Amino acid sequence: MEFLIATTIGVLTAAGIYMVLRLRTFPVIIGTSLLTYAVNLFLFASGRLVINQPPILRDDVTSYTDPLPQALVLTAIVISFGMTAVVVMIALASYLSANDDHVDEAGKLAEERHAGEDPDRQQGDEKESRA
Amino acid sequence: MMHWIIAPVLLPAMMAAIIVLAARFHETLQRIFSVASLVAVLAISIGLYMQASDGTVTLYQLGDWQAPFGIVLVADRLATTMVLLTAVLALPVLIYAIGSGWDRRGQHFHALFQFQVMGIMGAFLTGDAFNLFVFFEVLLIASYGLMVHSGGATRTRAGVQYMLYNLLGSTLFLFALGTLYAQAGTLNMADLAQRVAAADIENSAGLRVAAVLLLLVFAIKAALLPLHFWLPSSYAEAPAPVAALFAIMTKVGAYGIIRVYTLIFPPSSPLMQGAHEEWLLPLALITLAIGMIGVLGSREIGRLVAFSVVGSMGMLLASVAQFTPAGIASALYYALHSTLTTAALFLIVDVIRERRGSVAGTVEETLPMAGGALVAGLFFIACIAMAGLPPLSGFIGKLLILEASQQSAMMGWVWAVVLGSSLVAVVGFSRAGSTIFWKPHQLAVENCGSAEDPEDEQGARELHDPTGGNQPLPMLAIGLLVALLIALTVFAGPVMRQLDATAAQLFAPQPYVSTVLETPGKEIVKHGDDHGDDHGKVEADDGDLPADEAHDAGTEAITDDALGGH
Repeated sequence: MEFLIATTIGVLTAAGIYMVLRLRTFPVIIGTSLLTYAVNLFLFASGRLVINQPPILRDDVTSYTDPLPQALVLTAIVISFGMTAVVVMIALASYLSANDDHVDEAGKLAEERHAGEDPDRQQGDEKESRA
Repeated sequence: MMHWIIAPVLLPAMMAAIIVLAARFHETLQRIFSVASLVAVLAISIGLYMQASDGTVTLYQLGDWQAPFGIVLVADRLATTMVLLTAVLALPVLIYAIGSGWDRRGQHFHALFQFQVMGIMGAFLTGDAFNLFVFFEVLLIASYGLMVHSGGATRTRAGVQYMLYNLLGSTLFLFALGTLYAQAGTLNMADLAQRVAAADIENSAGLRVAAVLLLLVFAIKAALLPLHFWLPSSYAEAPAPVAALFAIMTKVGAYGIIRVYTLIFPPSSPLMQGAHEEWLLPLALITLAIGMIGVLGSREIGRLVAFSVVGSMGMLLASVAQFTPAGIASALYYALHSTLTTAALFLIVDVIRERRGSVAGTVEETLPMAGGALVAGLFFIACIAMAGLPPLSGFIGKLLILEASQQSAMMGWVWAVVLGSSLVAVVGFSRAGSTIFWKPHQLAVENCGSAEDPEDEQGARELHDPTGGNQPLPMLAIGLLVALLIALTVFAGPVMRQLDATAAQLFAPQPYVSTVLETPGKEIVKHGDDHGDDHGKVEADDGDLPADEAHDAGTEAITDDALGGH
């Protein structure tokens, strides 16, 4: 089971990093989501993997699973969910205002190339995104 | 008095909610609430600072739970100093935002500003590593909103880059915390300090990994090379008041490094094995050099100031990396100085951009701007401070850092890079300043000879500029920051005495640890079984044992599990 969990975390992280390096907003957002899944699993496993045990310490319980990582994971999930929502919105605004979804400066060059082609559309998009 | 510790966190949070919910469509009300909140926060911060200035460590237990179980806020000298700095910085920045009308160029500026202040205050005050992560996220999510305030294609793109970079940083932070928890079985900083000190050196690979991961996370926040790439374009593209407020955000990273590596992983700990000297110091020096070279190479004045932020963080961390009381004290002095200077510079840059019309902030000559003399004077003062020339606080800070590095093995490198980079910065700043403020007059004189009616041209320009002279509020805000800088210079002696005491407190963490861990929380009463699982937390600690013994039993179980496993 440790092997399975460790492999899953590793594969998720590797896939996440690969997607982030694609440098276009959609793959990058998917990549950061994969990374947060990986880290959530990692946090969950940081209390050691125990099967079929109550997550509480009582008088009559001798073996238990650590409840704290579960609380931490819940917090982390909520935060990463909120962050993903914000990043999707801002990336969308960026795409609509620049008509280009590159994350890095290479996108800027493309933008300059296309600047003369369709100015009306760009202006319209800019208005939309402001509204 | 104890409850005041949470006030700098709660008050902005409540105000932000009120501003969004009750004063959504009343601009004036929003401004009044926002300023009132920050004035109150400033007063409370002064109170907290006074309280901690005799060396007492005050503890606030949230929900009255005892330390390793509940979250605590701790007000010691370092935390209250940083809280006071944040409050002192935020008020002039907000006044500028109101005076220049930046707050009306988009939605919810004031609410986001309050949330940002809340996150920064919480990050400085918390005594729990996971809670530090949560407050980091609070300040980051507010900063994302502020970063793209008033929109625009370039700004939004810079905002996306900034967000993604910090999202990866947050993920790394969680990995670090997970590793730390798996190894030590706790995330309370004082408790961690004890557990790490007691850890088995032979079996400490996980703890070392956690220490380095945490250092990486804080280095991203503090813009340490090679993790500084997010900073220049974000700061240059952010709205000016936001960039000025961001001046404190890099210091949150520096604060994290100072706190974690004096309390949890102290330099004397065999775990660290000189990692600070070998890694942090050289990287900080390279950051300083790259930052100042960036100042020289920038073609836009906002980027120029952003690179000077990178440089000043290098300077600060070079002093921190020595991890001596003198090094930390001078780093703290430099942190106070560079936060105020950076904020003043960003605000002045905004004034310059507004006044110069279409050329905005690019470093090239154009016609003289309206009311240029005052702006030029303020820019000159702020640049002297940033470049570290006498007589202002930058010079004193740099002198203190040079003096503190005398015991270091790398003293020669520190002196060479600090002094060399100062020269580069001076050249960079004076080139930008003379191109923007002096060349225009030369240009106007040349025009005088060639063109027919030069006065008309200049006169027409001033007519076109509705601000004409200087608006009172923005100038008041910049003046306040510059006055604070001068005060920091004049009162360098008393300030340094306080900061020396702060550094001394950091290197003797025993009172901090015992205050956090030995203050009893609420009495835990045993409930009947009918209460069910929703009282799991209480039942976890209860039993026939008194609270203290139950705590020992619980932690021992976790330690055995954590350190013995695998």
